[in-house]
Amino acid sequence: MSRISRYRVAFNTILFREVLRFSRIWVQTILPPAITMALYFIIFGKLIGERIGEMDGFRYIDFIVPGLILMSVISNSYANVVSSFYSSKFQRHVEELIVAPVPDWVVLAGYVGGGVARGLVVGIVVTAVSMFFTDLHIHSYGITLTVFVLTSILFATAGFINAVYANSFDDITIIPTFVLTPLTYLGGVFYSIQLLPDFWQQVSLANPVLYMINAFRYGLLGVSDIPLTLALGLIVLFIVALLAYSLWLLRRGVGIKS
Amino acid sequence: MTALKLTDLRKVYGSGFEALKGIDLEVAEEDFFALLGPNGAGKSTAIGIISSLVNKSAGRVEVFGHDLDSDREAVQSCIGLVPQEFNFNQFEPVLEVVINQAGFYGIPRLEARRRAERYLKQLDLWDKRDSESRQLSGGMKRRLMIARALVHQPRLLILDEPTAGVDIEIRRSMWEFLRGINQQGVTIILTTHYLEEAESLCRHIGIINHGEIIEYSNMAELLRRLHLETFVLTLAEPVLVAPEIEGYPITRVDETTLEVIVAQERGINRLFAALDEHGIQVQSLRNKQNRLEQLFMDLLSEANALRRQEPCP
Ligand SMILES: Nc1ncnc2c1ncn2[C@@H]1O[C@H](COP(=O)(O)OP(=O)(O)O)[C@@H](O)[C@H]1O
Ligand SMILES: [Mg+2]
Repeated sequence: MSRISRYRVAFNTILFREVLRFSRIWVQTILPPAITMALYFIIFGKLIGERIGEMDGFRYIDFIVPGLILMSVISNSYANVVSSFYSSKFQRHVEELIVAPVPDWVVLAGYVGGGVARGLVVGIVVTAVSMFFTDLHIHSYGITLTVFVLTSILFATAGFINAVYANSFDDITIIPTFVLTPLTYLGGVFYSIQLLPDFWQQVSLANPVLYMINAFRYGLLGVSDIPLTLALGLIVLFIVALLAYSLWLLRRGVGIKS
Repeated sequence: MTALKLTDLRKVYGSGFEALKGIDLEVAEEDFFALLGPNGAGKSTAIGIISSLVNKSAGRVEVFGHDLDSDREAVQSCIGLVPQEFNFNQFEPVLEVVINQAGFYGIPRLEARRRAERYLKQLDLWDKRDSESRQLSGGMKRRLMIARALVHQPRLLILDEPTAGVDIEIRRSMWEFLRGINQQGVTIILTTHYLEEAESLCRHIGIINHGEIIEYSNMAELLRRLHLETFVLTLAEPVLVAPEIEGYPITRVDETTLEVIVAQERGINRLFAALDEHGIQVQSLRNKQNRLEQLFMDLLSEANALRRQEPCP
């Protein structure tokens, strides 16, 4: 058995197990974002949105669709890895992987792959929900899909790092609640940062989520507050940094080995 | 060939606690080896290091000639581990636990399923294949971990207190199973609290205490070398004091009963000659049971105190 095919089987096994996990508990994993999304569309899109009028030349509901989809992708990719990897530490079955001849990068790829898979499934479901409320027009499939996948990889990896450091179930909700959600809401899901005073526009530029939402919005609508290449470059940079950090954590056995 | 070789293996935990103080150990291929020691002796730490779960502080681990530092994956492929504590996903069905483990070792799913079926049947778990693993009884969970450890057909099977908390009947059938596996050529190392277990299963033994190997030999030799037999003598006539005989410590139990500790190599003939000289007639003699358990008690009396206290986990 060649090394590569051994790794491939191991990767597929982890990925398959991850997909099975979130599919089994779809009521907790897939359904909630669909419901939340429908509520956002009804309240912000329909009821309030009609009074807001246009944003960046689009109907308000059309303007917020990209951000809302990406928001679900972000939180679900993150949540999948943080809860799955943390529970594998908590129940100790992470040891099944540690004793086996699986290199760290395959373990990481498997878990991140699981997060991306959930991001993808939720993204598709949420997009389908949005079709009930708007006529989704996709400006560029290539850019939309690229941003979608990259963002998902980025936050799945972030979720992995969170899980490595987590020592309790509280620790896996702290970051999503106090960091991720505010960054997403302030990342221009509901508004164009051009509405903000200069100072707050500058502050917003320090928020990485802003770049992703704008890049994604560009893919769907063709408008963005940020130059596309800058946004993509930053996302890739973040991904590389977080993956490298995760591999370092795994090699050191932080939170896993004594 | 040497299945396992440890050289000056040391572990200092983050807390500063020195759990292994430089142990050396060699286990031959196809051996059935017992690592015996009281709670906290460092058994699980040693096994954790061998199986990659714990980082060592110093020393060397070689498994079938592969060095853990330079060829970790080769070492990992050789080993099947049954850890001390349950460590499977509680919500995963039994069959999946085994198939997934095979997958981590690179065994394609179809083949993994075939093997999982074989081992689950052998371990009497096939009927439970679709149950979530948390629904199994303690003994079943142990057996599930054994099936999981065997699915990649390791050359070295390591079991960390596999029969702790398992009732006697299941324990015996587990012993039978392990003997069979060993006969097929799989080297087995187990740690245990049950002395009977080591005695009945193992050919070689290492005794570990406070992070040091204090005894290392084959089971028979260990018994021969260290085993002092105690004989109970019933006398024809009462005696007032125990006679003093060089090399044979004697205690008087009551007026017609004496107990003599006899080192095996001394034999018993000279004792009778000496008793004769003292004018003592022995009516009957019996061997007081004094086996490995007794020996172990001498070696590690503290261990036994712990063992009595300890409820089955
Ligand atoms: N993660 C850890 N951190 C600090 N000390 C530990 C850790 N694990 C085990 N120990 C200590 O190391 C010693 C050996 O433990 P262990 O190897 O589990 O013993 P055994 O398996 O023989 O009962 C014990 O004193 C234990 O408290
Ligand atoms: Mg132990």
